[in-house]
Amino acid sequence: MAEQNDPIAELRNTSKHYGKVIAADNVSLTIQRGEFLSFLGPSGCGKTTALRMLAGFEVPTSGDVLLDGQRVNDLPPYRRPINMVFQHYALFPHLTVFDNIAYGLRQQRPRLQKAEIARAVDKALDTVRLPGYGTRRIYEMSGGQQQRVALARAIVNEPKLLLLDEPMAALDKKLRRDMQIELQTLQRQLGITFVLVTHDQEEALSMSDRICVMQGGKIVQIGSPRALYDSPNTRYVADFVGKTNFFAGVVTASGDSCQIRVVGLNHTANAPRSLVIGQTASLCLRPEQITLQRNATPADRISVPVTIAARIFLGEHTEYLVKNTDLGEFLVLVPRQAEAVEGAFEPGQAAHASWRDGVGLILGND
Amino acid sequence: MFPATAWFVAMLVLPLIVVFVFSFGERGPAGGYVPAFSFANFLNLGARWAAFKNTMVLAPIGTIACLFIAYPLAYFLAVRASAKWQTMLLILVIVPFWTSILIRSYAWIFLLGGKGLPNVFAALGLGHIQLINTPFAVLVGIVYGYLPLMVFPIYVSLERLDKRLLEAASDLGAPPLNTFLSVTLPLSMPGVATGCMLVFILLMGEFLIPAMLGGGKVFFVGNALVDLFVQSRNWAFGSAVAVALVLVMLVTVTAYMRFTRRWSGGRDDISLM
Repeated sequence: MAEQNDPIAELRNTSKHYGKVIAADNVSLTIQRGEFLSFLGPSGCGKTTALRMLAGFEVPTSGDVLLDGQRVNDLPPYRRPINMVFQHYALFPHLTVFDNIAYGLRQQRPRLQKAEIARAVDKALDTVRLPGYGTRRIYEMSGGQQQRVALARAIVNEPKLLLLDEPMAALDKKLRRDMQIELQTLQRQLGITFVLVTHDQEEALSMSDRICVMQGGKIVQIGSPRALYDSPNTRYVADFVGKTNFFAGVVTASGDSCQIRVVGLNHTANAPRSLVIGQTASLCLRPEQITLQRNATPADRISVPVTIAARIFLGEHTEYLVKNTDLGEFLVLVPRQAEAVEGAFEPGQAAHASWRDGVGLILGND
Repeated sequence: MFPATAWFVAMLVLPLIVVFVFSFGERGPAGGYVPAFSFANFLNLGARWAAFKNTMVLAPIGTIACLFIAYPLAYFLAVRASAKWQTMLLILVIVPFWTSILIRSYAWIFLLGGKGLPNVFAALGLGHIQLINTPFAVLVGIVYGYLPLMVFPIYVSLERLDKRLLEAASDLGAPPLNTFLSVTLPLSMPGVATGCMLVFILLMGEFLIPAMLGGGKVFFVGNALVDLFVQSRNWAFGSAVAVALVLVMLVTVTAYMRFTRRWSGGRDDISLM
């Protein structure tokens, strides 16, 4: 879906300043029709500001917001065919579930027929799997149900863009998982473009077609979850998306076969951004790129002696925190089958951690 | 439980019983009360009809006038004013409370009297306009005196209103006026109900403002009571008037509560006091 070039909305060099604070700094981004896009980053990175500029709650200090090719900077929220699921749902406490969902429909001019509204609301309730809940009061609904009502209240208007502001923040983990799957299914089924804001990388990775990682008001990298995971552009992205081990070193060769020297060992790996010989950088290895053995391994692998510091059982995998005198502590992910061959390692035992030269990435320390 | 019950008995039930018993008695030769059992006092209530009529007309009108002036003020304070101005303006609403209502009413006597506003109107060629000692003057005094009691409950309910609900309404396509009518106004109703109740109940017993700004021409039941108990010392008839007032209040307040409850859809979160 993300491949086609059919933009529905666009932020064009948009910035938002609050006095001296720059919440969004020259953000440019095209949202494709029908895609599921996530803004990912820690609080204060500008992701919510970007979302609020799309919704119309914030007017950019400079730059433009486009919707279907039209500049909508000056269009107030109530004139934009965009709906939002708010972080704490913001359901109207004085209205029933039905009236909450019908709220947007009743604002439409020319007015819709009563029967038409009732039909649309019932359909929306079915979609979010709350049939027959129309007469309930908001305070009679659980957190998960309230979230569905918030979702129904937004989708019933058939918006061009559905914005979701940390919609799962208030749900417990199990419910969050179910909701993630449901949201994804719903998005495919309705064909509405979803824009999600989250600080939860798992959430972004599991649901999005594309993720836009933000830092300090700027977009750092945009790409599919897989692209972000496999080839992060910067150390910040590598650190934020998935787990990564960083080994500090000095660049010894640049260009196509970039090399880095980490405590006396030369490693070859890809560098997504050009580096200068002699500069400090980090070798990034994902925990699953490292293996653990009891004995030293063949010469085609780089191997270091380690002691097991801690073991975290994750079901499918076991995560080991290991310690090497030169490299310090790092994580190794051992799949169940591999563990069956080698046997489980106990904390305090000695082992060898190894990886193939060429895996991993060399990233600057910015 | 016991101290509260004792307090209610001593402070509320006993005095009411005394007044109730007195209302069937007779005036003593030198005033006060002589035990008796007759309905004469109640049959004589018509003599004070004007006081009841004034109270029953001006108390609701005063309450509504207070509401219409207080709501925009409270709305501005809670929603529009910046944090710095908010405190400042709230203090301005409270400050008059630090001065006795007596002194503030004297100020109004001057303002509405011959040397005040009518003088200004006359200079503008509008002829002589009588303001003091009219129902209008009493109404002005009422609104002035009771405004803070109406402003605060409404202010609190508007202040507590989750501002994200306003964004949600806007997001769903409601222009500002619709947002106000469908979200802000209904959600501030508990404050409106509390404020109206507070002002209305106190107004029903008001006597100072009518005495000072009504000049004996516009008097409330409260004035009749002061007159009966203090001047003519007819405690029995005074008690009958008081009992009648309590009954009138009970009926109106009960009706009002029924009305507000139905109108708020039977929600429990509406508190009247």
